[in-house]
Amino acid sequence: MTTTEKNTKSNQSLAVLKKIWAWIRKIQPVYPIFIVVAIGVSQLNENFATVNGIMAFIRRAAPLIILAMGQMFVLASGGFDLSQGSVVTLTIIGSSLIIYNNEEYTYIAIAIMIGFGIVIGLVNGFVVAYLKVPSLIATLGMLLLVRGGGLYWTGGAPKGYLSEAYRFIGRGYIENVPLIGRFPMSGVVLLVVALILIILFHKTNLGKQILAIGDNAQAAKLSGVKVRQIRMIAFVISAVCSIIGGILLGGYGGSSYTAGQGMEMQSVSAAVIGGVLLLGGKGSVYDVIFGALSLEMIVSFLNLLGLPKPYRDAVQGLIIISAVAYAGLRTKKRD
Amino acid sequence: MANEQIKEATPMIEVRNINKAFPGVQALDNVSVKFLPGEVHAVVGENGAGKSTLMKIMAGAYKPDSGEIFFQGEEVQMNHPVQAQNLGVAIIYQEFNLLPERTVAQNIYLGREPSKFGVINPPQLNKQTEDVLKELGVAKMINPTALVSTLSVAEQQLVEIAKAVSLNAKVLIMDEPTASLTSTEVNLLFDLVATLKARGLAVIFISHRLSEVFGIADMITVLKDGQLVGTKNISDVTTEDVVYMMVGRTLDHYFPPLGVDEDFGEVVLRVVNGENDFLSNINLDLRKGEILGIAGLQGSGRTELAQALFGAVPFDEGEIELMGKTIAIKNPYTAIQRKMGFVTEDRKSEGLALMQPIRDNMLLAIRSLQNLLSFIHPDGIKTSRSMVPELGQQVDVRVDSYGKQAQDLSGGNQQKVVLSKWLASGAEVFIFDEPTRGIDVEAKARIHDIIRGLTKSGVAVLMVSSELPEVIGMSDRILVMHEGKIGGELPAGSSEADIMLVATGQQNGNNKNKTAAKDGGIQ
Amino acid sequence: MSVDTMTQVEDKRNKNSFWKNIPQVYYFLVVVLVGGLILDQFVASGNILANPSILFNILVRSVALGIVAVGQTFVMLGASIDLSVAYTISFTAVMSSLIMQGDPARVPLAIAIVIGFGILVGLINGMLITKLNVNSFIATLGTGLIVKGVLNGMFSSGSLGSVPKGFQTLGYGSLGPIPYSIILLFAIVVIGWFILSWTKFGSHLYGVGGDLLIGRLSGLRTSRVLTIAHIISSLTAVVAGLFIVSRLGAGNPTVGPDGVYDLESVATTVIGGTALSGGRGGVFGTIAGVVIFGIIDTVFNQLGVDTYLKMVIRGALIIFAVASYSVRSKREAA
Repeated sequence: MTTTEKNTKSNQSLAVLKKIWAWIRKIQPVYPIFIVVAIGVSQLNENFATVNGIMAFIRRAAPLIILAMGQMFVLASGGFDLSQGSVVTLTIIGSSLIIYNNEEYTYIAIAIMIGFGIVIGLVNGFVVAYLKVPSLIATLGMLLLVRGGGLYWTGGAPKGYLSEAYRFIGRGYIENVPLIGRFPMSGVVLLVVALILIILFHKTNLGKQILAIGDNAQAAKLSGVKVRQIRMIAFVISAVCSIIGGILLGGYGGSSYTAGQGMEMQSVSAAVIGGVLLLGGKGSVYDVIFGALSLEMIVSFLNLLGLPKPYRDAVQGLIIISAVAYAGLRTKKRD
Repeated sequence: MANEQIKEATPMIEVRNINKAFPGVQALDNVSVKFLPGEVHAVVGENGAGKSTLMKIMAGAYKPDSGEIFFQGEEVQMNHPVQAQNLGVAIIYQEFNLLPERTVAQNIYLGREPSKFGVINPPQLNKQTEDVLKELGVAKMINPTALVSTLSVAEQQLVEIAKAVSLNAKVLIMDEPTASLTSTEVNLLFDLVATLKARGLAVIFISHRLSEVFGIADMITVLKDGQLVGTKNISDVTTEDVVYMMVGRTLDHYFPPLGVDEDFGEVVLRVVNGENDFLSNINLDLRKGEILGIAGLQGSGRTELAQALFGAVPFDEGEIELMGKTIAIKNPYTAIQRKMGFVTEDRKSEGLALMQPIRDNMLLAIRSLQNLLSFIHPDGIKTSRSMVPELGQQVDVRVDSYGKQAQDLSGGNQQKVVLSKWLASGAEVFIFDEPTRGIDVEAKARIHDIIRGLTKSGVAVLMVSSELPEVIGMSDRILVMHEGKIGGELPAGSSEADIMLVATGQQNGNNKNKTAAKDGGIQ
Repeated sequence: MSVDTMTQVEDKRNKNSFWKNIPQVYYFLVVVLVGGLILDQFVASGNILANPSILFNILVRSVALGIVAVGQTFVMLGASIDLSVAYTISFTAVMSSLIMQGDPARVPLAIAIVIGFGILVGLINGMLITKLNVNSFIATLGTGLIVKGVLNGMFSSGSLGSVPKGFQTLGYGSLGPIPYSIILLFAIVVIGWFILSWTKFGSHLYGVGGDLLIGRLSGLRTSRVLTIAHIISSLTAVVAGLFIVSRLGAGNPTVGPDGVYDLESVATTVIGGTALSGGRGGVFGTIAGVVIFGIIDTVFNQLGVDTYLKMVIRGALIIFAVASYSVRSKREAA
């Protein structure tokens, strides 16, 4: 080859490489993270990569994924929902109390809980959007209200039991599914909820308007967006997701009054890993799902490493800090 | 001999051959000015003339692309506002840099509190503040321990000035200092300026109010389109001279032809006795197919008028009739529902969601009108799947992908996107506030064509602008605002001087009968 | 204007400023106090708030929270937040107790070590927020989790170590009629007040929190100021931890989260009128907030009101208080 031919060839390869690099840069970091952690976990636990293992994992991760998706709606609109964890707790201990081991009350309990969720979301939304209380403080107040209210209602100790039907949702499997064998019920719920939320956020006006509000509330208002109503809707979605997550978690882990504590931090972490910006204006349900999956896998990974539970908390702390720091460096809103 | 000595006095601050460009626009073009100590020097010019940019360069907030700055005869590099401050250049912006929840004394001495071993001496702090206030002769008006949030605008300004004096400022720059003051307060300010002048400061201020300028300034510099028109002794010029220096320029592009009577239809928007905190006695008619230009000085109520019509800052009194129906417009949603659109003054903070893709910005308004649960299509809405590319073509947005974030576009393209938002929502009454501010010439021309094109299809346009050529080149009728009221109405083709004279209160408008050149030409 | 009218104007200003300067929260405090007194009369025949030992209790229980809340006030004035305090308290309690091992001679060593720890945590928080631009909520939450992890990893739960009797006088002893704990709280509040109102640092902190840009334009070293505020917050957590352990007699990893010191210190600070957005507020308001919570706690305790209902009231109170402060401003909150 002559020198010029050599040069052109290397120029061409350079151009191709540049294109690939540009394409790589566009991928949300959560996906490589997911893949890396997934590989890591399956190395440590051969069962993980099996169909059974995956199903078990989905069953366990479903509640957090749902909470994270709900949290995303609020984060994207520029707020925080700190009350998620206590709403989960309320769901579990409240359902136990209502059902008290009576199968017939299963669906009433679920309906009542969802009703609670809607009311809690409306109140959160009202306080933030109409009373102009910063969402951090408003949902903090709600956290105390719900936790206190829930514990008071049940007298502080888990009373009653969840019915089999109820528990099936969170821990049962659907058998005889072609190809995979069995599929967790919570996975079904997850899929349904995810589908609804994906449609709401990515395929309807609601999602676009939420993003506009989080990005520039004033411009959104001047473009006719009903900022206050939509903020309320975001909080309602988050609260209802917390209820659903609570139903799944209750089924999976049984009645306990500490279940759910701290889950709002986890859901925020999951969302941040999934690329959501804390100031609003950016979010994707798909990315958040993988963010939550990654978070759960990291927890499993640390488990498998034999790392005692406390150190897992420490690592979680490190992860969330790094995720936010990295996100901050990556996307800067220019002035 | 004495005269020569005065001529040779070293300027307190001097700029030489300053150039500064922003994307798409040359803000300053080879500007050189000397500001002498003990002199009050006014800098005037139309919006976009470069006054603010020049001041910011002198205060270290911007760096010039080329040119030198000399302070007391020595060349300096102003890299940071704090550096300028240390040298002795103090600037008071229109939005004061004060902390509302802190006292006057705390604000003035922020960062320089009198202290020993880190402990502040409050009595001394307050006394020092009082001394400064005494020097300015305003000690009786302002209590050093008063919270800034309890002070009126005029008083806050005094605090800013006191701060500058306490910093031993040798140059004091004020941007539109009298914009929010009553006439009594203006007099007080001028007494103060005289005091500062007597102390040897170089006082520089930007103002549009020529009568005031002539009341207090010694020298006047006129800028136009980033260039220096001239620096004169105030005694050598009249108000009219200055006005003519400020205006009158060769067109850099030709405006589309104005409308003719047949183009104008029935009245679609009428305001009767509109009033709120900023406006009074607003009566106007807007007809289908016409462009009504709104001119006026800064602070005269132009933007407030636009905001009131759109419901962003509504009227408290009076009536609005839209398409013959009397309605109350108390929020933007109502206005948008009734087919109004508002291209705001500041597209970045009020017109666009910068992180969102262009297409979502384009569709923002129409989506707000539709049901929340309507499905979206990436390139359009329920009824039109190819809306985005069509809109893009209509407004001539130059971009390779509508998925790019809005913040990645140039100013001109951004403005086009904002415009397309209202085309999408089917607006029939468009309100523009500074439609081509900060936009390059080519995009300007394109936007002007689009606006005129709108009127041809029956849209009514109300256009607020501080760029006189634009007002004259585009308006079929011109309303000139003055101190919150409509100072007068002028016909198409009026001259810049005509407009400025009404705007500065020199003349009461309503020269409807005055004939003017039909080709809308200037110069 | 004649000289006479001018002086008249000046006089009026001075008269109003005293009343205007009382933080709004004190009106709430009066309401709560009066409400408590009324409840007292009707339900307990006036036996609660008139009872000195009960009043005593209110104050003592508020001491730990009050100390931490003072630190939280500092960071919130800087438009930041510190969610790591609960775990810092726990760590301090456990660490100090273990080092002391009941030996009075080792007390100074224990104190020195935990103070060093507090400075370290505060420093890390400050650096994360100012140098890496991490949101303060996340940064302090993260460090809190890390401390929690390390703490629980190194030590099992339950009482650990022991505190010498001498040290316990801090928790239980009195100087005459006044308990040392109250003196401690009082000292911290006064020191906090002094720093905020009388030092350059305090003035700069208000500047940085009020408007970062103005702070920079005034030449303030904004990163340094904020980091120091975080160090102060962590140090108050350390002091609170020492106080708690002096009352418990031994350290326990759950003391921090059990007392919900993170959320409650934020709540009392906010109720006290310090804005989440910074630049406004102070320790006197915060202390009023702490006392309000204390009164509610104690009165309700005595009346046999369920602990959980108290939590509900707290939550409602926070929302109500902040809403009443915020309704004034017109910003679009998130």
